[in-house]
Amino acid sequence: MKVVEEYYDVIVVGAGHAGCEAALAAARLGCETIIFTVSMNSVALMPCNPNIGGSSKGHLVREIDALGGEMGKNIDKNYIQSKMLNKSKGPAVHSLRAQADKDAYSISMRYTLQNTEHLTLRQGEVTELIVEEGSIRGVKTFSGAIYHAKAVVLATGTYLKARCLYGDVVEYTGPNGLQAANHLSQSLAENGVELYRFKTGTPARIDKRSVDFSVMEEQFGDEKIVPFSFTNTEEDIKREQISCWLTYTNEETHKIIRENLDRSPLYSGVIEGTGPRYCPSIEDKVVRFADKNRHQLFIEPEGEYTNEMYVGGMSSSLPEDVQYAMYRTVRGLENVKIIRNAYAIEYDCINPNQLRLSLEFKNISGLFSGGQFNGSSGYEEAAAQGLVAGINAARKCQGKEPVILDRSQAYIGVLIDDLVTKENHEPYRMMTSRAEYRLLLRQDNADQRLTPIGYEIGLIDKDRYDKFCEKRKLIEKETARVKEVHLGAGRKVQEVLERNGSTPLKNAATLAELIKRPELNYEVLEELDPDRKPLPEDVIEQVNINLKYEGYISRQMKQVEQFKKMENKLIPEDIVYEEVHNLRKEAVQKLNDIRPHSIGQASRISGVSPSDISVLLVYMEQLRRQKRG
Amino acid sequence: MINEFDTIAAIATAVSNAGIGIIRISGEDSMRILEKIFEPYNKKKDVASLESHHVYYGNIRDGDTVVDECIVIIMKAPHSYTREDVVEIDCHGGVSVVYRVLNLVIREGARPAEPGEFTKRAFLNGRIDLSQAEAVMDLIESRNELARKNSISQLKGGLSDKIKKIREEVLYQVAYIESALDDPEHISLDGYEERLYPMVKEWADSTKKMLDSYDDGRYIAEGIRTCIVGKPNAGKSSFLNALLGEERAIVTEIAGTTRDTLEESVTIDGITLNIIDTAGIRDTEDAVEKIGVEKARKEMDSADIILFVADTSEPLSKEDFEILEQIRGRKKMLLLNKSDLSKKNVEENNPGLSGDVVPDVEDRWEQTVSCIRKYADADDPVIAISAKYHQGMDTFIAELKKMMFHGKIDANQEMYITNARHKNALDEALHSFQCVKESIENAMPEDFLTIDLMDAYEKLGLITGEAVGEDLVNEIFSRFCTGK
Repeated sequence: MKVVEEYYDVIVVGAGHAGCEAALAAARLGCETIIFTVSMNSVALMPCNPNIGGSSKGHLVREIDALGGEMGKNIDKNYIQSKMLNKSKGPAVHSLRAQADKDAYSISMRYTLQNTEHLTLRQGEVTELIVEEGSIRGVKTFSGAIYHAKAVVLATGTYLKARCLYGDVVEYTGPNGLQAANHLSQSLAENGVELYRFKTGTPARIDKRSVDFSVMEEQFGDEKIVPFSFTNTEEDIKREQISCWLTYTNEETHKIIRENLDRSPLYSGVIEGTGPRYCPSIEDKVVRFADKNRHQLFIEPEGEYTNEMYVGGMSSSLPEDVQYAMYRTVRGLENVKIIRNAYAIEYDCINPNQLRLSLEFKNISGLFSGGQFNGSSGYEEAAAQGLVAGINAARKCQGKEPVILDRSQAYIGVLIDDLVTKENHEPYRMMTSRAEYRLLLRQDNADQRLTPIGYEIGLIDKDRYDKFCEKRKLIEKETARVKEVHLGAGRKVQEVLERNGSTPLKNAATLAELIKRPELNYEVLEELDPDRKPLPEDVIEQVNINLKYEGYISRQMKQVEQFKKMENKLIPEDIVYEEVHNLRKEAVQKLNDIRPHSIGQASRISGVSPSDISVLLVYMEQLRRQKRG
Repeated sequence: MINEFDTIAAIATAVSNAGIGIIRISGEDSMRILEKIFEPYNKKKDVASLESHHVYYGNIRDGDTVVDECIVIIMKAPHSYTREDVVEIDCHGGVSVVYRVLNLVIREGARPAEPGEFTKRAFLNGRIDLSQAEAVMDLIESRNELARKNSISQLKGGLSDKIKKIREEVLYQVAYIESALDDPEHISLDGYEERLYPMVKEWADSTKKMLDSYDDGRYIAEGIRTCIVGKPNAGKSSFLNALLGEERAIVTEIAGTTRDTLEESVTIDGITLNIIDTAGIRDTEDAVEKIGVEKARKEMDSADIILFVADTSEPLSKEDFEILEQIRGRKKMLLLNKSDLSKKNVEENNPGLSGDVVPDVEDRWEQTVSCIRKYADADDPVIAISAKYHQGMDTFIAELKKMMFHGKIDANQEMYITNARHKNALDEALHSFQCVKESIENAMPEDFLTIDLMDAYEKLGLITGEAVGEDLVNEIFSRFCTGK
C-alpha cells in the first residue's frame, strides 16, 4: 500500500497555546516545521477562561514576548479589556490580565501560523511515534501517512484519551466537543513514557440576554493600558473596553451544591484524575472553605461578537439540572439560560520528571514536549513551555546546546524546573509564591531580563534589540544621574516634602535617597530636579523601581548569588548514586529518576534531604580532590 | 572507590588508670575482627551468631593467650551511633591492657580513628545533624567541665530545637503571606502587619539572646583571654603565681599567639583564664616596657578582661594613672595588692609597730581606693588582695563570675553558642529580622516582607543543617579532616 511520506526538521503535535509557540519558534529559527491540529477551527483555542495573564501568568506572557514568542502580540491584537492586578501591592506582584475575544484570538493566531515562512499547518491526528534506537524519527497519522523529522514536539494539551463529564453524563471528546486523540497514548506507553491522568474543569457559558447586570458590580478595564508586548505602546493598541461583572454565590447556592455532592462524578469516584487545588471547582470551594458564606463570581464576555458569558469562579461537574438550580440562586442569574454546560475533563498527560530542563525526553533523543501534556494547567504556562520546547527542538536540529532559563532569570525557569524536578500530582499552576526571586522577576522588567537572550537565540530581530539597548542605556544613565542630584535642606525642598506628606530634611540628601521614602517617588520630585529631561514612561518606571526598592533588590540579588553557587556545582552525568555511600535509599532512587544536572536542582527534589545534599557535596569534593591528587 | 569508610577503632574512654576502658570499633569489618579475637564465655556460641544490642561476656585472646576478660556489646547497622556495625569491648585491665586490645584490633584490620571520626561518620550517615556534630567536636576540644556540659546540651539538640521552633514559625507566616497573595479572595492580609510585628520582634529577641550567649559560650569553651597589667613591681607575677598556685587550679601551658608570648591557662571552679603574655610578666615584671607600648596595647585589645594590679603599700604614681587611662572603658578588675599592709594586717603581722604608722597606712589605703575610683569606670570591681598571703582570691573569683557570666553561669540551664559559624548565621538572621521590622514600620506591601523572612529562615537553617550553604563542604572538610 502506498502512503504519503514527507520530510521535515521539526514536527509539532497539537496547535494549542504550547504547539503554536513551539511551531512558530522552530520555523522562525529556520527549521522546516509542520504543526498538526485535530481541527483547523481549534488553533489557539481558549476552551476555558476568556483571559490571558493574571497573577504570575501575566509575568509568563511578558517573558514569552521578551524571548520572541507570539502570545503577547496576539492578545494585544485581540483584547477587549485590560487590567493591571494587585496594584496595591509591591511591583513584584503586579500582574497584567486581559480579557480576550476568544474567536478573534484563535483566528488571528491561525493567520500568523499560516503566514509564517517554513511553517505548515495541517489538520490530522497523530497516532504513533516513530522511535529508532532511542531517537525520534518521525510520526504517523491516523490516515497512515508518515512524517519524518529530526525533532518532534508533543503539545497534545487535554486531548489524549479525553473524556468530559458532568453528573453521570460522559462524553468521550476533547474540550468543547472536539474530537479526542485516542491512539497516541498507547504509542507513548510502548515507548516507555510514564503517563498520569489529570482532570480539570470549566464553568457554564450563559446567555448575556438572560443576565440582570443591574444588580452586579461593573468591573471596568484600566484607563491606562499596558500592552503585553514590549513592541507595542499604549497608543498602538488603545480601544474601547468591554466590562466584566462581579456577583457572588450565597448560602442557598452552597446548600444546593452540598445536597447534590453525591451526584458529582468527582465525589462519586467516577473521575480518576487529579484536579488542580489552585483552580478548584465550586464543589471543592464549598467543601474546603465551609465557613465562607459566599464566593466571588466574575461574569466575563467571551468575545465581542457573541452573547456567551463565562461564569468565572463556578466551574463544576455537577449534573445539568443541578447546574441550572445552583446558577439560578446567584443574584443577577435568577433567569439565566445556559448555552454550554459546565464540565470536568479528564486526560492523559506525562510525568514531567521524564524530561530534561530543555524539555527533551531523557530516554528519547529529539522528542520534546510542552503544555498541559506535561501536567501543567493554563494557557500561559502552556505557551511558555511550548516556546522553550520549540526553541530547543530547533537547536537540536541545528546541533546547538539547549537554552535553559534558571529560577533566577525567569518565571519560565521556575515553571520548567518545578515540573521537571518536583513531584507533581495535580495540574501545575504558576503562582508568584513559586518564584524565590520574585522581586527581580517582575513583569515590568521582563524585557530587561530576557531580550538579550531572545536576541541571541535568534527570535528577536536586530531592530528590536537595538531599541531595547537604547532603553537600557537610558535607564542606567538616569538611575546614575539621580543618585548624583544633591539637595540641601533649603526652603523649597522642605516645602515640596511637606506638601507630599514627607518629613523635612535634617541634612542634605540625594534625590535617589528621597525617592526611597514610601510616600515619594521619581515623578512627584520633578520640581526639585531642574535638569531632568523628558524620558519615556517605561524608562521612568524602571528608574523609579530600581531606586525605590534598591535595598530589597540588592538583598534579593545576594540570595541569587548564593543560589547560583549551588546551581553551578554540576553533578557529573555519569555519577553512580549507588556508589555514594550513605545516601539514603529513597534519595538514591529519586536522584536516579530525576538525574539532576546540579546540586541546586538536586536539593529541590522531593525526597532528597539536606543531609543527602551534604553527603553528595562531600562525595563530589572527594572526587575532585582525588582527580587533583 | 574512596577508601573513606574502612573500619576504624579507638579507645573511647579517657586513658587513665581507671579500671575500665572501652575500645570502640566501627565499620564493615567490625564483626570479622571480633570473631578473630573474642571467645564468648558460652563456648557453644560462635561470634557471628551474636545478636545486636546484647551484651556478651568472654575473653579477648591473642592466639592462645588470654589478654583480658571483657564484656562485648554489638550494635549492628544502622542502629548504632555511626549507623555502621559497631562493636564495643569493655575491658578492665588498666592502661596497658586497653592498649594491647586496641593493637590487636588494629592488627586484625582496623585503622586507628582520627579525632572526631566516629562523629564524622555519624554526621555523614545522617545520624546527627551538623550542629550536633559540631557540638561533639566542641566536646572533644573542650577545655573544662562547663564547656563539656554546654557541648552536651547542644548535642542533645538544645540549640537545634530553639532554632527549629523559630524557623517553623517564620515559615508558617511566609506561607500565610504567600497564600494570601495567591488567593486574596479567601485569605486576607487586612491588619496582618500589625499581627506580624510582635512576632518578628520576638524572633529577633530570641536570636539576639542566642547571640549574646556567644561571648559567654566562647569564654566557656575557649577560656577568658586575660591580660594582667600594672607598673613594675606592683605584684603582677606574684598575683599570677597566687592564681596558679590555688589549690583547686588546674594549670596548663599553651603556646601564645606570638613567638615571644607565653600563655598560661588556669581553670578554677570551671572557669578558664588564658593569661596573655605570662612570659612578659615573669621575665621583666614589666610587660609594657618589654614588648613595647604598641604591642602591649595590642595584647590588651585582644583581651576579654584586664586585671589591673596596683601596689597599695605606697601611693599611686603617674605610671599607675597612665595605665588606668589606657584601659578606660574596658572590661576590667582593679586588684589592690599588698592589702596585707593595710591596718589590720599591719597590726597583726607587726605587733611591735608603733601607732603613728597605722593611720598613715589607713589613710593611704583609703586615698588609694578613692584615687583609683576616680580613674576607674563606675562598675569596675575593686578588690583588695594579697598575692603574698593568698588573700582575696575567693572574692576575685566570685567577682569574675559575676562580670563574665552575669553571675548566672550555669551550664545546666542556659545554652551558649560557641561556634563562630553559628554566630555568623545568627548575626545575619538578626539583621534580616530587623529589615522586616523596618519594612513594616515603613508600611511596605507584604510581598516585600517575605524576602527578608526567607533570608532569616535560610540563615537559621544553616545552623541546624536544614539548609545547605555553599560553605558547608569547607566546614565539613576543615572540621572533620575528611579525605586528603
